Amino acid sequence: MSGKNNHTIGYGTYIIVWIALLAFTSITVTVAGISLGKYTLVIALTIAAIKSALVINIFMHIKFDEPIFKVFLGLSGATLLVIFILTFFDFLYR
Amino acid sequence: MSNHSDTVHHKDNVSAKMGMWLFLFTEVLLFGGMFLVYAVYRYQYQDQFKLAAMELNTGIGTLNTIILLSSSLTVALSIAAMQKGNKFLSLVFLYCTQIFALMFMVNKFFEWSTKISHGLFPGSKELLAKPNGQILFYGLYYVMTGLHGIHVIIGMIAIAFIIVFIHRDKVTQQDFIKLENTGLYWHLVDLIWIFLFPLFYLIQ
Amino acid sequence: MAESSASFYTKSTNKYSGILSWLLTKDHKRIGLMYMMAIISFFVVGIIIGLLMRLELISPGRTIMDAQTYNTLFTLHGVIMIFLFIIPGLPAIFGNFFLPIQIGAEDVAFPRLNLLSWYVYIIGAVLVLVSLFLPGGPIDTGWTFYIPYSVRSTTNVSMALFAAFVLGFSSILTGINFITTVHRMRAPGMGFFKMPLFVWATYATAWIQILATPVIAITIILVIIERSFGVGIFDPALGGDPILFQHMFWIYSHPAVYIMILPAMGVVSEIIPTFARRTIFGYKAIAMSSLAIAFVGYLVWAHHMFSSGMSDTARWIFSLLTFIVALPSGVKIFNWVATMYKGSIDPQPPFLWVMNFIFLFSIGGLTGLVLGSLATDVHLTDTYFVVAHFHYVMFGGTGTIFFAALHYWFPKMFGKMYNIRFSQIAVALYFIGFNMLYFPKFIMGYMGMPRRYYDYLPQFTTLQRISTVGSWILAGTIFFIFGYFIHALRKGKKATSNPWGGVTLEWHIPSPPPLENFVKLPEIKDDPYDFSQLKEMKDE
Repeated sequence: MSGKNNHTIGYGTYIIVWIALLAFTSITVTVAGISLGKYTLVIALTIAAIKSALVINIFMHIKFDEPIFKVFLGLSGATLLVIFILTFFDFLYR
Repeated sequence: MSNHSDTVHHKDNVSAKMGMWLFLFTEVLLFGGMFLVYAVYRYQYQDQFKLAAMELNTGIGTLNTIILLSSSLTVALSIAAMQKGNKFLSLVFLYCTQIFALMFMVNKFFEWSTKISHGLFPGSKELLAKPNGQILFYGLYYVMTGLHGIHVIIGMIAIAFIIVFIHRDKVTQQDFIKLENTGLYWHLVDLIWIFLFPLFYLIQ
Repeated sequence: MAESSASFYTKSTNKYSGILSWLLTKDHKRIGLMYMMAIISFFVVGIIIGLLMRLELISPGRTIMDAQTYNTLFTLHGVIMIFLFIIPGLPAIFGNFFLPIQIGAEDVAFPRLNLLSWYVYIIGAVLVLVSLFLPGGPIDTGWTFYIPYSVRSTTNVSMALFAAFVLGFSSILTGINFITTVHRMRAPGMGFFKMPLFVWATYATAWIQILATPVIAITIILVIIERSFGVGIFDPALGGDPILFQHMFWIYSHPAVYIMILPAMGVVSEIIPTFARRTIFGYKAIAMSSLAIAFVGYLVWAHHMFSSGMSDTARWIFSLLTFIVALPSGVKIFNWVATMYKGSIDPQPPFLWVMNFIFLFSIGGLTGLVLGSLATDVHLTDTYFVVAHFHYVMFGGTGTIFFAALHYWFPKMFGKMYNIRFSQIAVALYFIGFNMLYFPKFIMGYMGMPRRYYDYLPQFTTLQRISTVGSWILAGTIFFIFGYFIHALRKGKKATSNPWGGVTLEWHIPSPPPLENFVKLPEIKDDPYDFSQLKEMKDE
């Protein structure tokens, strides 16, 4: 049973992704050193999101796995988003 | 039909992986709750958070990020090696992961003990003398990185088990779902750090 | 044939016999029954605590206990009834027992994890009990654990919180198990839209268990850390925000209300077609409304906090969103009524319990609208009105359906039939006792009687007394019910495989079910409530 659904990824792909992750890390550290005011946080979170997308898709195989896992991922992501937005309706307008 | 036991119970790897993913989502929501606390307090005490974060060592944080990303790579490579049937290489990569994890924890230990020797720990006189925003920042710093550290340790224990299983051929090229699920857990630990790192070490 | 259809009582999944064959079982039916034993035990404890509280309130001033004892009792009543009875009640007992059967599976996806979740539940329950007897004394914070008192109280708050954390873990494990079971273990031919509605409801519940419980888990951990190490997180003395705690508490605890009520609605959707002998009206609408309730349940939590001091914007947004929940609930009610319309109704006990439910739950739901709208809530918040409202919803809703499910599935679970006449009397007494106990609280709350108070003004005496007498009737009825069930277990007539004329898969197999559930899987119909198959089922 194992092996049927297992799309094999070569060592090379993983290493390329790893290099990309390290590159993004150095970008985020460099950008943090420049004074960009409010955008610093936005840039930092965007880079973190890109990095996690790489990890989830390639390292965690979700791109090649059962499609339903992606639906689940979206569901929990949406839940988290809803919780954040609704909580901030309180704190933003106090 | 006569002997219904768990050995007959058909093995379904997709189920096992689905269960693991569902568990990971609970972890995401667990840390999500903490990120929510962080977000609210950072919004309320923006300047205090910036001041407090200056005390953190960006260098050590960056180093730990690189270490953890590399450990994620070695876990992924270990699975790839197992898929190709290379038991030896798979084990080598897992040992590498353990070494990286240990390095991460050692760094963490030095980082925390420096902070503590400076008197920056929950309930200390130095910390309580600071404004509220900084007390909250350090509270969250210790709790969030601490809880993440506990996850690293749990991951190390899980990987240690997998190493034993591979040695005893209980995890093989034909059946390596345990390795895959442990890998998933390890990547999650990495994912959380990807967000913790800029939120604590890169505030300027 | 004879050997393979031996019931799960006589045949075990392991090599042990006696008590060990239960404690180490991986059979979902046995685990369901083990949950039943534990949950009913704690239910009884909760009832007794409730009775004591009502007795204290029979007259103003001190009656049988001091104020601190009263504070610990209402806290314990809340903790036990919510975390140990209502949340696990329907999914852990009936979900475990019937979800795999109803989708034609031989067990849940992870049987070992299922057993583990039972043990985790027991550990959590034991921790609750231990927290009573440790030095420091039982907790007095109320089950909501609001900051800052829960950081300051010297009672065993940390232990009780940890117990809640452990119980949450058990809930999560059950949720993971059910979702995977529904996705991976359905019998060949059992499409998603051929599943019985109880399965749909339990599936939606499992999602809430997974996606909401971690938030309370982390909140609990944070409070424990705050208490143990003096870390500043929620405590306002260290800059924390107690309202943030309330947000995080209700981000779980409001969806938890749907963990309690959704499976109950699923049971109603099973019972009504069976006794109306008609296929359910609007199958897809009911199935989808379960998912909709699960989702909308995440959007409304802050309606518990209208008077907490959060922003006005948040107050009107949450008030508005709260009314949206009424829509999917209304879809269900209308479809149930439409199912009964022109049906040939057979008023057997389970059906009568459902009627009880619809009446009591409607009162609970309608008074919820009063509390959901901002202006009236400010007047009624923290009064007996709220207490009456949530008892009508939780006890009148989920509690009543707990009994409905027990009466509906008892013959299948135990292979014995109970006394129908007794249960008809019980339905009537339950209705009288329930309304006597809780309805006066609406009036007192409206008159301004605050909740959780040890003492009250003399003008409330009459209503308080009616309420206390009601508590005796209700508790007496519940013990009467348990009494005739125990009698049925010992001396009841043997139940047939299909005493009510149901058509979902559990009625196709013997009572009690064989260990493997299905000796031969019955043909799976396009419509799970297709009563035209009743005749052929009789011929089987």
